[in-house]
Amino acid sequence: MPPTPPPDVPSLWSALAAAGRLFDRVLAGAHARVTLGDLLGGSSLGGRLEALRGRSVLLATGDQLTAALALIELDGVAGRLVLCPPDLPAAQLPFVVATAEVQACVTDRPAPEAGVPGVDVVAGCSPLLAPADAERRGGHPTEWILLTSGTTGQPKMVVHTLASLAGAITSGTPAEPAVWSTFYDIRRYGGLQILLRALLGGGSMVLSSAQESTGDFLMRAGAHGVTHISGTPSHWRRALMSPAARRIAPRYVRLSGEIADQAILDHLRAAYPDARIAHAFASTEAGVAFDVGDGLAGFPASLIGPRGGGMELKVEEGSLRIRSARTAARYLGGPVEGLADRDGFVDTGDMVELRGDRYYFVGRRGGIINVGGLKVHPEEVEAVINGHPRVRMSLVRTRKNPITGALVVADVVLQAAATAANGHAAELEREIIGLCRDALPRHKVPTAIRFVSALPVAATGKLVRHDA
Amino acid sequence: MSVKLDVLTQFEQVAKEQKRTLAPLSDDLVLLDSGLDSLCLAIIVARLEDALGFDPFAAEDADFPVTLGDFVRLYEDAAHAAP
Repeated sequence: MPPTPPPDVPSLWSALAAAGRLFDRVLAGAHARVTLGDLLGGSSLGGRLEALRGRSVLLATGDQLTAALALIELDGVAGRLVLCPPDLPAAQLPFVVATAEVQACVTDRPAPEAGVPGVDVVAGCSPLLAPADAERRGGHPTEWILLTSGTTGQPKMVVHTLASLAGAITSGTPAEPAVWSTFYDIRRYGGLQILLRALLGGGSMVLSSAQESTGDFLMRAGAHGVTHISGTPSHWRRALMSPAARRIAPRYVRLSGEIADQAILDHLRAAYPDARIAHAFASTEAGVAFDVGDGLAGFPASLIGPRGGGMELKVEEGSLRIRSARTAARYLGGPVEGLADRDGFVDTGDMVELRGDRYYFVGRRGGIINVGGLKVHPEEVEAVINGHPRVRMSLVRTRKNPITGALVVADVVLQAAATAANGHAAELEREIIGLCRDALPRHKVPTAIRFVSALPVAATGKLVRHDA
Repeated sequence: MSVKLDVLTQFEQVAKEQKRTLAPLSDDLVLLDSGLDSLCLAIIVARLEDALGFDPFAAEDADFPVTLGDFVRLYEDAAHAAP
């Protein structure tokens, strides 16, 4: 049974207000900015807050600033908040609306496109605040619904509460105010974690925008004096290819959502020598499990086992499993497989391998390439390729083969300064394959390398993997 | 013909890369005795597809070759059939 929430759950608004200095703390979007103090008497919801009380509300804004404002106002007021990622296919909307029993929609789109079929109450949301119409009193524990891509084509709808989402966050007012930012969209778990860290920890937040280039975003983040910034390893590899990476001087750099290999940790250390660089393990279902701050890939084996506060990690059948108060409660609409096992452990599907006194992530359970019956995790090969000094990033994928079923091949993006032009390509390919031969068994070594100018990164910030 | 030369070159090249001792190449050499394992043969087929533009194993009725001669014939026949 999920733990019963305490009766006086503070709402997001009351918790962020408790951290103080509201007029110094800014939420900066690509087109507008609002201070938290502006929200004392103002509302982004145009006088519709009372109409949303107790309802199941679909948050379907295009812009991240309006989404952040609506979240702040609606936690503790709405019965349920469904966070609609910006790239949710329109065809999946009816499923989401039906499964979450959506009664109202918050949108920043103009009236003709604002409606959602089957939803009568529509509230506009704007960074141009109107006088607040209703008291933002908490006491109503709002369900937060996050969407993750499922395997069946319909999204999985993961149920959290502010308490489970904020479980890993220390609240309070820091001596030096933090300006947080993230490459993630805040409608995804990784981005939402950062927004909550900014709000609950007394900081400000610079929000990214899907319409903005990596370079423009970094310049804007730099102009706001960003001190804490997070993204996936793919986000960071792309950021480091931009000259604007030098426009930020963060004190804290965080990676999550994909395996942080040694190469990207080293590149970030070189780019931001004064920053604390940490890679976090978290997933929408399992919540935040741990941060690793020693600059090394993988995590110490000592993290496995009970760890106080009800948190416990274990490795079973090769995958990392997590039990904690920060895991999601359940799936809405309940797909066949449950979220946690009978003992409360969530299977992350992330496969780990013990080498010495450290565990290393080797890949996803579903992403395995099968070479004549021998298994290959693309990520373990990418980690070796990315260790070549002239490689920026790589994608290892399967090539069908009539003899072994599949072979391993790799697409490689080189560092900005390096080129694979003319005769260099063959030489570089030999070097990279040689590196793999030294580090990996034969069947894991790519049989061909293709040099490409870029690799597709999904809206989730993760490399697009077609094999998985 | 050149198809045969392409095939034999790949056998030698892949054996060298994979540090295998290749048996003397002759038409009646049984592939399983060639010193190459399935991974080597898989790589040879992939390289030949890149070089020649076709994979004779993709045909559903392709008989699996037993000797090097069978293997070469498979490629020669496919080369004739190709436009």
